[in-house]
Amino acid sequence: MTVLTQSRKPRFAAETMTPYTFITPAILVILGGLLYPVFMAFYLSFYDWEIGRDLAKAPFMGVDNFVRMVQDPQVWEVLWVTLRFGFWTITIEMTLGVALALLLEKPIRGASFFRTIFILPLMVSPVVVGLIWRYLFDARIGWINYYLGAFFGIEPQVWLGDADLAFFAIVFTDIWQWTPFIFIIVIAGLQALPSEVVEASTIDGANWYQQVFLVKLPMIKSILVIALLMRLIDVFRGLEVMLIMTGGGPGRATELLSLHIYNRAFDTQQLGYASAISVLLILIVFAISTAILTMANPMKSKSDV
Amino acid sequence: MNDTFQRQLYHYSALIFLALIALAPIWVMVATSFKDDVLVQDGTPLWFFFHPTLENYEYILTRGKFDRYLTNSIIVGVASTIITLLLGGFCAYALARLDFKGRALMANSTLLVRMVPPAVLAVPAFAFVTLTGVDSDLAVLTFFYTALNLPFAIWLLFGFYKQIPVELEEAAIVDGASPLQVFFKVLFPLMTSGYAVAAIFTFRIAWNEFILALLLTGRTTRTLPVGAAGFITDTGIEWGRIMAMGTLIVIPPLLFTFFAARQIIAGMTAGAVKG
Repeated sequence: MTVLTQSRKPRFAAETMTPYTFITPAILVILGGLLYPVFMAFYLSFYDWEIGRDLAKAPFMGVDNFVRMVQDPQVWEVLWVTLRFGFWTITIEMTLGVALALLLEKPIRGASFFRTIFILPLMVSPVVVGLIWRYLFDARIGWINYYLGAFFGIEPQVWLGDADLAFFAIVFTDIWQWTPFIFIIVIAGLQALPSEVVEASTIDGANWYQQVFLVKLPMIKSILVIALLMRLIDVFRGLEVMLIMTGGGPGRATELLSLHIYNRAFDTQQLGYASAISVLLILIVFAISTAILTMANPMKSKSDV
Repeated sequence: MNDTFQRQLYHYSALIFLALIALAPIWVMVATSFKDDVLVQDGTPLWFFFHPTLENYEYILTRGKFDRYLTNSIIVGVASTIITLLLGGFCAYALARLDFKGRALMANSTLLVRMVPPAVLAVPAFAFVTLTGVDSDLAVLTFFYTALNLPFAIWLLFGFYKQIPVELEEAAIVDGASPLQVFFKVLFPLMTSGYAVAAIFTFRIAWNEFILALLLTGRTTRTLPVGAAGFITDTGIEWGRIMAMGTLIVIPPLLFTFFAARQIIAGMTAGAVKG
């Protein structure tokens, strides 16, 4: 305890005991509710367990589930759907969010009111988001078909029954819900920039474009990267909106990796095989999270200040 | 002068346009919930109308099990929020203020476990149900939601503890206060805004979550999102009723947004901007 620490921390008499009493309850819950299930997923991935079969009698498969996964065209198909979905949603959300933030960053009266409105889509339950957009995209009574017909003379489309259109529909829905997230984060980042730097570039004669691309965006680069990675993780985590809107169909056109695991487990009832795909999902999300952490871990960097 | 006026005009027009895009789909839901089936099936968009009907709400509130679902959602939401704040507050306090072995490991892994996808939890949760036979206990769902929310809560509260000057606690410790006394008497009053942010995020997840609720609840323990999804049947969707249900589900999160938008934005941006 005589070791010099850089940080100032209050010293209690019984210092060795106390911290553990404070962290143990939380650790126990996280172990039981998050890490044990993850361990369980690894464990189950080695068994051929199906709904209705006694888990104790499920045959041990070794790595068969994983071999099957690598050769499974369906897994590759949903991975491809997930990546395409991620590419389109994140590209459009980042572009729109950043562009709007740059255009609207100047503080004006009422800005906080508008920001309140903008975060509303983020607060709506995913199930409800799925319901709303399933209704709007409905082939017969959906408002989107109506307006496309009224304004552009476009024939009614079976949005959620056609592979390409359904994919477009879930991308569109995601953009509606998540562009505000990027917008809010980028605006916060821009307003936190030291005003001297921006003023200096003005004095140096930089025009608006130079200021944006040579000064502002480079200075919030880490924020942009973290926002992008957070959205990427969400792409791999989300399933509820698609489950309600399309169930993953038609075919597997809107079946993201998470939804595929869910459908495998509870639709085709192959729990062991679904667990093997879960392991793949865990590894992907783990890799992206590690990337975020190496770039910015607030708990690590701040703790030694 | 004229130039600024024009720029402000553009600025406000853009903001209003974007606000309408954000609001329109939510309003469509609310409007549909007040339409009778004839009006819904007609398919002509009707944003405002003169004869709203309450029959969808009447049906849901009297003939569905809405009161039961609502009670379940409130119980699970409130219970998991309180437990998350208490345990998360303790843990964040230790991480922010105390020295102990394993502190660095814990600080690093907290954010990693936060990212565990719900789909990964689905099969193990189902295994838990079949192995133990406990398939409709609100306590189980509360436990999972607490686990799901703890990492983010710890991380958020950690940031708030770090903003409180250490001197306050030092003074209390010199006066002989125990860690628990410091936690509740000195720090708690200063942490209220932090707890408010954490509470909103925790409650929202518990209130909105669907997959685990679907797997871990039975006929009498369903939460609102599971109840709403129940209106989707093979024979079709009763849009008026399901939209009424959706509207009722959305009310609490929307109220939070209007009363605590600043805190929500703080919680959202904490991850990216402060780091």
